[in-house]
Amino acid sequence: MPGAIYAEGLVKTFGDVRALDGVDLDVPEGTVLGLLGPNGAGKTTTVRCLTTLLRPDSGKAVVAGIDVLKQPNEVRRSIGLSGQFAAVDEYLTGRENLQMVGQLYQMKAKAAKERAGELLEQFNLADAADRPAKTYSGGMRRRLDLAAALVVSPPVMFMDEPTTGLDPRNRQQLWEVIKQLVSGGTTLLLTTQYLEEADHLAHEICVVDHGKVIARGTADQLKARTGGERVEVVVHDREHIVTATEILQGFGKGETTVEDHTRKLTVPVTGGAKLLAEIIRELDARGIEIDDIGLRRPTLDDVFISLTGHAAEIKDDSNGADAADGAAGDTKGRKAGKGASE
Amino acid sequence: MSAVTDTVRSTAPQGAFGRSVRDSLVVAKRNLIRMSRIPEMVIFGLIQPIMFVVLFSYVFGGSMQIGGSTSPADYRNFLMAGIFAQTVTFATAGAGAGIADDMHKGLIDRFRSLPMARGAVLTGRTLADLVQTALTLLVLAVVALLVGWRVGSDGDTNAGKVLGAFGLLLLLGYAFTWIGALIGLSVRTPEAATSGGLIWLFPVTFISNAFVDSSNMTPWLRHIADWNPFSATVQACRVLFGNPGVSQSDAWPMQHPVWASLIYSVLIVVLFRTLAVRKYRSATA
Repeated sequence: MPGAIYAEGLVKTFGDVRALDGVDLDVPEGTVLGLLGPNGAGKTTTVRCLTTLLRPDSGKAVVAGIDVLKQPNEVRRSIGLSGQFAAVDEYLTGRENLQMVGQLYQMKAKAAKERAGELLEQFNLADAADRPAKTYSGGMRRRLDLAAALVVSPPVMFMDEPTTGLDPRNRQQLWEVIKQLVSGGTTLLLTTQYLEEADHLAHEICVVDHGKVIARGTADQLKARTGGERVEVVVHDREHIVTATEILQGFGKGETTVEDHTRKLTVPVTGGAKLLAEIIRELDARGIEIDDIGLRRPTLDDVFISLTGHAAEIKDDSNGADAADGAAGDTKGRKAGKGASE
Repeated sequence: MSAVTDTVRSTAPQGAFGRSVRDSLVVAKRNLIRMSRIPEMVIFGLIQPIMFVVLFSYVFGGSMQIGGSTSPADYRNFLMAGIFAQTVTFATAGAGAGIADDMHKGLIDRFRSLPMARGAVLTGRTLADLVQTALTLLVLAVVALLVGWRVGSDGDTNAGKVLGAFGLLLLLGYAFTWIGALIGLSVRTPEAATSGGLIWLFPVTFISNAFVDSSNMTPWLRHIADWNPFSATVQACRVLFGNPGVSQSDAWPMQHPVWASLIYSVLIVVLFRTLAVRKYRSATA
């Protein structure tokens, strides 16, 4: 039996551009699928096809057990869509926005009003409920947009880059909201350019590029494809590079690479944190001062590079800076969390 | 925040037509709230026609010949039907810009993902514009009275006829907002919708009987003016207001202006509503 979101061979062309080139998806009920890829990979087009906004040229799509192409209006009753641009009316208050959406989901005025009040509480917007959305911060607008998608508690949710452009704190907050939502049994399809985000939220990840799913699996499975973990050491003194290399070679499972100008040594390992502790002790015993040491697991960025031969670079200027930050934050976060920094 | 589990799904009564009306009113309300929070838009919408009233009556007033008279008072009485009609057509730009803005901001995507009646987003917008047009007309009528416009200045009239004339004006304005809706769905930015909504209105409203006696135009231009849908409403208003300068042309719309105005406006609504709703269904931001 197909999952709550099912797509088979979705194709959509715009002129000469094949935006979707046969996308297959199957998302079991109550799980989160992360659709990961750079701009123009076909993520948004996939979401638009599944949410009845765009008719695919060919292929099959079933959402919440309903055929998207045959009964679009039935599908619309069962889905919530939260888009890339917070789609709220900025001149309406938060409350008015939610009430309107509720009524357009065919709720009675009174029920829509009650529901709006509940959602404003849940999404921590009660204080700003009667201010025009224009006055909201970026994070508040996203929360309002998400609340609007949840007015009827739809069993299937689509979120198109829900945290693009948000600062790290707001992103964290939104992640919490999404996790709670999913723990309530909602099936979610989430698109993102942030590798960390997919890793964090999704049960399964589909990597898309040029309108095709080029890899799928759990975050760990995808990482395993790229190879195992490695230890990175930055020695304080350039003179210690040779000795340190010898030590690392003793622990490593392969060739140690040396970057002279950064004094960084990298060696593939197995054995995780325990091995890392041993390496630290050994370096210490030999009197080698280190500036940094960490156990580095492959990030989804590495996965992307190994799959496509290019980084998940983002062409769009406005998103570029954020995405770069996200990727950098990813690496750092891992080191702090999993590595034993001196 | 607790998980969203309790569904409050008290569904409103169904039925395709009822749903369509209800959804349209929900969207109309949204647009009216919006307009009330951007009062400068409404005010700018008023300045232009008021300026036209004042400029045309005082600058052109003394040089225009209406029905053999060159009195500025006669020209003012002649002019107002034309200004009123031109003003209602300018709602086209507002409707277009509003819908283009909704597309641009992703609101149309949100609406299209909701289980609502297909035409409601556009109908709601045009209804809200109709309310705004009615307010504009009211203010403009007061200004017109202040500069000396009088109904029944050159023929008999009564309250029913005057109201009928305003009814035709509102219908014309409503019809034109559907043209605006189609423009708004067809362009990329609100700015393009504003200029795209206005530019063609100048030839439409000037190659007509609105500001001058069209019988003085060269024949080919006069034919266009006589058959211009816009002229029919202007002529109908002059007749119903009892104002001077009613065209004596034997073109059918000039002979039966009230019917012509009604037929033209209804045709425009039917044609452009069909096109706009079709466009909306496949709209992509």
